[in-house]
Amino acid sequence: MKFIDELEKYNALDYETFFRKVTDHDIMHILNKPSINRLDYLALLSPRAENHLEVIARRANQDTVRNFGQVMQLFTPMYIANYCMNQCVYCGFNHENTLKRVKLSMEEIKAEGKLIAKTGLKHVLILTGESQIHSSLDYILEAVEKLKEFFTSISIEIYSLQEPEYKRAVKAGVDGMTMFQEVYDAEVYKELHLAGPKSDYAFRLDAPERACKAGMRVVNIGALLGLNDWRKEAFLTGVHADYLQRKYSDVEIAVSTPRMRPSVGGFPPRVLVEDINIVQYITAYRIFMPRSGITLSSRESVNLRNHLTYLGVTKMSAGVTTAVGGHSKGEEVSQFDISDSRSVREMSAMLYSEGYQPIYKDWQALF
Amino acid sequence: MNDKLVIGNQELQSRLFLGTGKFSSNKIMPSAITAAKAQVVTVALRRADQAYPEENILNFIPKGCILMPNTSGARTAEEAVRIARMSRTLGCGDWIKIEVISDNRYLLPDNQETIKATQILAAEGFVVLPYMSPDIMSAKCLVEAGAAAVMPLGAPIGSNRGLQTKELIRILIEEIELPIIVDAGIGRPSEAAEAMEMGAAAVLVNTAVATAKDPVAMAGAFELAVRAGRQAYLAGLGRVLDCNASASSPLTGFLHA
Repeated sequence: MKFIDELEKYNALDYETFFRKVTDHDIMHILNKPSINRLDYLALLSPRAENHLEVIARRANQDTVRNFGQVMQLFTPMYIANYCMNQCVYCGFNHENTLKRVKLSMEEIKAEGKLIAKTGLKHVLILTGESQIHSSLDYILEAVEKLKEFFTSISIEIYSLQEPEYKRAVKAGVDGMTMFQEVYDAEVYKELHLAGPKSDYAFRLDAPERACKAGMRVVNIGALLGLNDWRKEAFLTGVHADYLQRKYSDVEIAVSTPRMRPSVGGFPPRVLVEDINIVQYITAYRIFMPRSGITLSSRESVNLRNHLTYLGVTKMSAGVTTAVGGHSKGEEVSQFDISDSRSVREMSAMLYSEGYQPIYKDWQALF
Repeated sequence: MNDKLVIGNQELQSRLFLGTGKFSSNKIMPSAITAAKAQVVTVALRRADQAYPEENILNFIPKGCILMPNTSGARTAEEAVRIARMSRTLGCGDWIKIEVISDNRYLLPDNQETIKATQILAAEGFVVLPYMSPDIMSAKCLVEAGAAAVMPLGAPIGSNRGLQTKELIRILIEEIELPIIVDAGIGRPSEAAEAMEMGAAAVLVNTAVATAKDPVAMAGAFELAVRAGRQAYLAGLGRVLDCNASASSPLTGFLHA
């Protein structure tokens, strides 16, 4: 069975009716359970649960501290190419957008790596646009080889691969993969992904599972908030994470909660997702999946990121640029604008002042 | 009275081992370790970063402590073995706590892989302390494999649920010749005392100290509890059998009729 079959079970779910039936009593009952099921999680995502956000947040805080301690892992993304064959209407790298397309040489990649390593960070996430021609797997894995000198853990956020290709990546030293489905609703997906390999919904949906089968240590999934009803997308992301974690218990399944940011192309979010919604999503997910990682990007504001430190997040980006070669060459055209531009030092200082220890190294790849 | 715990040719005065993974700052660790009077401290090797001394967790362990690196993050025996060897190369000594977890839902250890790793590393001269689910047959295999102690869990890591596996641990204490060290699950000093009263050789605590409101004070509280529990064990707990219930002997009276 694949996840697409699991997802089908929820096609007939009438969210509106479900939410309407959730009572205050239900919420309190769920919060007192030692572990909660998928529909409990959905109840915690309901509009009704908003009234209980402080209690939900307290439970999320306790669950996080018990399972992870008062620590926050830091990492930074490194964009190495922005060529893209897709037409995702909301993305700055959209094939149709006029922007300077670049691809870093191996020398430039090393220079980027060296600069990031100076901050002390040992975890890096390599990103490319989706072009198998301009950023082939060979090119990406050559970059991985060059970056091993500087980092003990290397993850990739690139186009969907076949299982043997993920195996090659694992063998080459990649230990984490990030793959956002963007939208779990297949109809909305179709409307937003007009052309290119990414327009194949099912192939993308199955990518995290292929990575799990290939032996990836960490698989990070997510829906891009702002493209569809966030409660539904948050629920299905949770179901996806739960499905993967049950089936591949040796893989660390993590989620991100990216929210749409302004980018070249200027596509406005279809749905407004407020800070309170992000808080509800993260805290509910934490209670549902108490040992799962939650990654928070620099798309969010300084103020929100500071507060979310307590509420379930376990991994944050720091010293971020979303432009190709942005660490060594300065900002050029980025995939999207970031809100929190704090350096690794500044993020660490904030975490210490909030009673959290920044973790620069949380894994040592075993080559 | 001489009540020393001997593991790997080391005589230990302290029966409280401390974990280091969850402190809000490495800087709190030395005072917590001192307050706990802990001699054995476990550190996840995955976090050690000698290239970055300011944040390197190893630099915050007081001199004189026995470092017990752990293989946290290992999913198989092979990965645990590689981490242990890396630890030795880094100069972290011969002690190793084996932690093999391929279950990310509950963080429960994989006993089979743990036994395999113990076999390999004990043969290489490591002092091996395996973390395990309390199961008598697995514990016997660990003894065979050359473990220096056996570390059963009281409850899942970080759960602070106490001695949920009490009966199984009691059996290990009775049946296994090696020191039994209760690792994981202990959420409060009274639970540490309870484990010691049962005859556990030591306890390992992390979450309960590191995430306390005042970790240093809590480390001190655990130190007292572990000593009290040990003393109670040695003193021999009072009788619980009710000997004065009845003057007559309904079950054996017939023998004297």
